[in-house]
Amino acid sequence: MNAPAYNFAYLDEQTKRMIRRAILKAIAIPGYQVPFASREMPMPYGWGTGGVQVTAAILGPQDVLKVIDQGSDDTTNAISIRKFFAKTAGVATTTATDEATVIQTRHRIPETSLHANQVLVYQVPIPEPLRFLEPRETETRRMHALAEYGLMHVKLYEDIARFGHIATAYAYPVKVNARYVMDPSPTPKFDNPKMDNCPALQLFGAGREKRIYAIPPYTQVVSLDFEDHPFEPYRFNAPCALCAAENSYLDEIVTDDKGGRMFVCSDTDYCEGRQAAGHHGSLSAAPYKEKAQEASNG
Amino acid sequence: MTTIAELPPGFADKVLSAQSTFRSVMDAMARPGSVQRIVPMAGAPGMMMRGTAAIALTLFDHDTPLWLDARMAESLDVTKWLKFHTGAPVVQDSSIASFALIRDGALLPPLDHFALGTSEYPDRSTTVIIQVDSLNSGRSFELRGPGIDGVATLQASIKPFDLFERLRFNEALFPRGIDVVLVADDAVVAIPRTTRVVSKGS
Repeated sequence: MNAPAYNFAYLDEQTKRMIRRAILKAIAIPGYQVPFASREMPMPYGWGTGGVQVTAAILGPQDVLKVIDQGSDDTTNAISIRKFFAKTAGVATTTATDEATVIQTRHRIPETSLHANQVLVYQVPIPEPLRFLEPRETETRRMHALAEYGLMHVKLYEDIARFGHIATAYAYPVKVNARYVMDPSPTPKFDNPKMDNCPALQLFGAGREKRIYAIPPYTQVVSLDFEDHPFEPYRFNAPCALCAAENSYLDEIVTDDKGGRMFVCSDTDYCEGRQAAGHHGSLSAAPYKEKAQEASNG
Repeated sequence: MTTIAELPPGFADKVLSAQSTFRSVMDAMARPGSVQRIVPMAGAPGMMMRGTAAIALTLFDHDTPLWLDARMAESLDVTKWLKFHTGAPVVQDSSIASFALIRDGALLPPLDHFALGTSEYPDRSTTVIIQVDSLNSGRSFELRGPGIDGVATLQASIKPFDLFERLRFNEALFPRGIDVVLVADDAVVAIPRTTRVVSKGS
């Protein structure tokens, strides 16, 4: 299965050593962004080159890889990265969260609880949480060194002053192990609580910005907030139209030009699992029947 | 004089052995106190344990200045093997080393002689690899910190005896600090700078 022209998992060994050393330091200093010599990958920046490099550095032949893009296993980005590693590393791939040992994700954490034998690899566009508040790297680096995060609280406060609540809905800043303020990648803030005390190791790779950072397992991750404006995860107030889940993160899908819309789980594996287990939503008839027929045909 | 033909070999399969070794070290670093096994075998020169040799082949290269304790540094077997297989430059100044290899814990210099990183770049610190007698018997220790679900216990027979007391300076230094990897034969335990270790019963 290996494409013979490439090394296992595409990257050369010297590059893997460099990335592996960065990953070890990232784990030792939770939430701190370790600079690394990001390589050009056979896909454009913004398509997950950071996550791909981290995955390539940790992946072994015994791993089972799952790739999700906005929770979905079936979108272009997810499929092409999954195929990339199936081709260059010959690893088994899966869409089932339970079976995966390495999960590369763009902006979602699976609904199914992660376990200790898994590594979650995030693709990160802008790793620096303070970047839009302070454009100079020298300054943001000093702010991290001094744990000077007042500016971030001012930003959240200005949200409240302007909108009456903290209007940041994704890439909601977190504090890791009571020290570093970290960008959790543009994952919806619905997922932030899943990062706290998670049994799985979480690694973050930013290819264009050349940073790797990590949250070790069982590490405290706190979403920044105020006493009188506590952090609240956001979710559309509706059940999933396909599996009726009341507690999953939902995508809003516009269905016509008359204001019609449906809400469905963004995590396709979770949604399909629930449908296969017999949960019906208001619009679930077609796909569920198809699944049942497939099952009966064996 | 040792010729290259007499040097112990590196990994039989460079790529997959390095990957497997790295995952063991990564798991050790992510779960401090847990004992991970290094499976792939490489030849190990003289006083170097096979776990240490595998870690060297996995993480060292021309970008990683290396500091050796006196016992390691005086062994031509070790220095030649490291030079041939990894190309890592051996340095005398421990404060610029990416990695330090300690054969004999009695020869461990004061930890602040190693690179501690800076407040801006705490990752620019030395990872100290110490060979120890045992990681499954000996004194009992309790570990707390990121990567640990509550408390982890470790039984280890290590030198220097006060290693974990010395590592307490990590607490005040954080985010600067020293990360330690303990090796006993093929067993590996990592003590990153966030881990707090106390002797059990003390």
